[in-house]
Amino acid sequence: MHAELTKKIRNNPKFVELTTKRTAYGWKLSILMLVIYYGFILVVAFAPKLLGTPVSGVITLGIPLGVLIIVSAFILTGIYVRRANSEFDELNRQIIEETK
Amino acid sequence: MKRATAALAAASGLAAAVLSFSGAALAADAITGAVQKAETNWTAIVMFLAFVAGTLGITYWAASKTKTAKDFYSAGGGITGFQNGLAIAGDYMSAASFLGISALVYGSGYDGVIYSIGFLVGWPVILFLIAEQLRNLGKYTFADVASYRLQQTPIRTLAASGSLVVVALYLIAQMVGAGKLIQLLFGLDYAYAVVMVGILMIMYVTFGGMLATTWVQIIKAVLLLSGASFMAIMVLVHYGFNFGALFQAAVDVHPKGIAIMQPGTLVKDPVSAISLGIALMFGTAGLPHILMRFFTVADAKEARKSVFYATGFIGYFYILTFIIGFGAIVLLMNDPSYFKVAADGTYNKLTGVQGGANMVAIHLAKAVGGDLFLGFISAVAFATILAVVSGLTLAGASAVSHDLYASVFRRGRVNEVQEIRVSKMATVALGVLAIVLGIAFEQQNIAFMVGLAFAIAASANFPIIVLSMFWSKLTTNGALIGGFMGLISATVLVVLGPAVWEGVLGNVKGSAPFPYDNPAIFSVPLAFIGSWLFSILDKSQNARDEEAAYEAQYIRSQTGLGAEGASSH
Repeated sequence: MHAELTKKIRNNPKFVELTTKRTAYGWKLSILMLVIYYGFILVVAFAPKLLGTPVSGVITLGIPLGVLIIVSAFILTGIYVRRANSEFDELNRQIIEETK
Repeated sequence: MKRATAALAAASGLAAAVLSFSGAALAADAITGAVQKAETNWTAIVMFLAFVAGTLGITYWAASKTKTAKDFYSAGGGITGFQNGLAIAGDYMSAASFLGISALVYGSGYDGVIYSIGFLVGWPVILFLIAEQLRNLGKYTFADVASYRLQQTPIRTLAASGSLVVVALYLIAQMVGAGKLIQLLFGLDYAYAVVMVGILMIMYVTFGGMLATTWVQIIKAVLLLSGASFMAIMVLVHYGFNFGALFQAAVDVHPKGIAIMQPGTLVKDPVSAISLGIALMFGTAGLPHILMRFFTVADAKEARKSVFYATGFIGYFYILTFIIGFGAIVLLMNDPSYFKVAADGTYNKLTGVQGGANMVAIHLAKAVGGDLFLGFISAVAFATILAVVSGLTLAGASAVSHDLYASVFRRGRVNEVQEIRVSKMATVALGVLAIVLGIAFEQQNIAFMVGLAFAIAASANFPIIVLSMFWSKLTTNGALIGGFMGLISATVLVVLGPAVWEGVLGNVKGSAPFPYDNPAIFSVPLAFIGSWLFSILDKSQNARDEEAAYEAQYIRSQTGLGAEGASSH
């Protein structure tokens, strides 16, 4: 990439907007996923009995919680892809357009 | 048809390893223990031959479209997000994880859930932080990304070492698992089975490249997901889709009773739990055969979609294996025909399973769908191994031809024809090596190998990828020293840990110098610290140039400007 083009993109406020927004969004969702997962692991490690609390018949709290974590991983990826493939990609398209 | 699994001894590695958290992690992706040859299972063989015929047809078609290096390594970049999502899920759903996780649920119930969650949660993080940068910077291998602004020779050597070690460990575990599984399911000799897997995978990869490998993986993923869905639905139909009734019946029949509904003995201590979590989460982001899949799609948008679909399929698959494990508890445990019964008519519901605990999903296939469905699931299990080893071999061959030969040995002065020829030679060599190692390791305890592969991927490959993308001050020296520190410390700590020190080398129990099976909690930070320290200490002109080159790399990684596109044909 030419130095001139690099400079042009770097000085484009839209580029700053794109990278700031997308990076912040990515980290926010990553931290959410990490908190959910390591929160679960810490409960497993330090308070396993909590997951054995009965909720209905022999079904324990751990079962719906486990399914919820699996589903949440899928939903979080969906949320990110939705915003990235529309809002962020549109911003990106404009940046590339403006370099021409 | 005779019962396919007339095996006698199967000291399943999994059943034993459930005793410790990381032990189970290692074993659930490897089929271990001695097995005995079953009677020839013709239904399964006919179905498997149909799969082979179909995939060889695809390979023939793919060969006609595989002309350039880009076609060979990345299927021309023309795979869609949905297809790639299925293929990624296929790479992840190995036969051993299908059989291993359902066996874990069968033996310990809830512990199986903890384990599968660990495998899944790495995917969202890969998407949020690295997927698009990877796609925008890379071409064929992850070394393209790591060496983007650093010196080619040392960084590609590091990346190729990390790739080849991971591929070799994974490949041995899969080959040994293939031999044993096929012995059990098809009644073929171990050596024949290993040779057959080796030859088929060489054919897929050398002739059809990434395109054939991807389609073999997609077909297998669809077959496996359909088969597993059918099993889970049949189990639920049995209980009128009432989960409460299914779990109640399982608690009534399981020797551990209500204990299967909560965390059991899988988690030994918090350090092991967190260490395994790190290895699973970041190891996924450092597996060369998975990373390569990001270069098969057209752009960052499709790369994102791939992860979305892959996460969905993998999560769905883990929910199925959970239902299958519970289904096996309720439908098998009261039927002595699935167990080795002693003279007095008693049998052990956990350790007495015919063919070993890893066979419960296979037995359940017979219980819900008869001999025909048993044949189908056996054929799918074989197909699964074949697809996974093909992906691994392609990743290993690319590290040899694209990184070592073209960039390190020939310093980039090489044409495409030569490079493709070398990659095909490397495929054949890796295939032959996999056959030889598969036979050599038949009687060895290989349960630690997949765990070690994940630990090395997390400790050597992942830190270098992440730092090269996000930290402008990373230098060649820093990456090289940090990467090798991760690689070496992960390997040494695994050897000094209980799984290898006591389990493989046969030292007395409790004598292992390193108390944990999984080193990731130490080796991953070590790699990061090493890379950081030796980067900031590097005051050379090279280091300044590398930092100056970061900006252009950053702009390309963020915007995709200048990134590899799909080829036009």
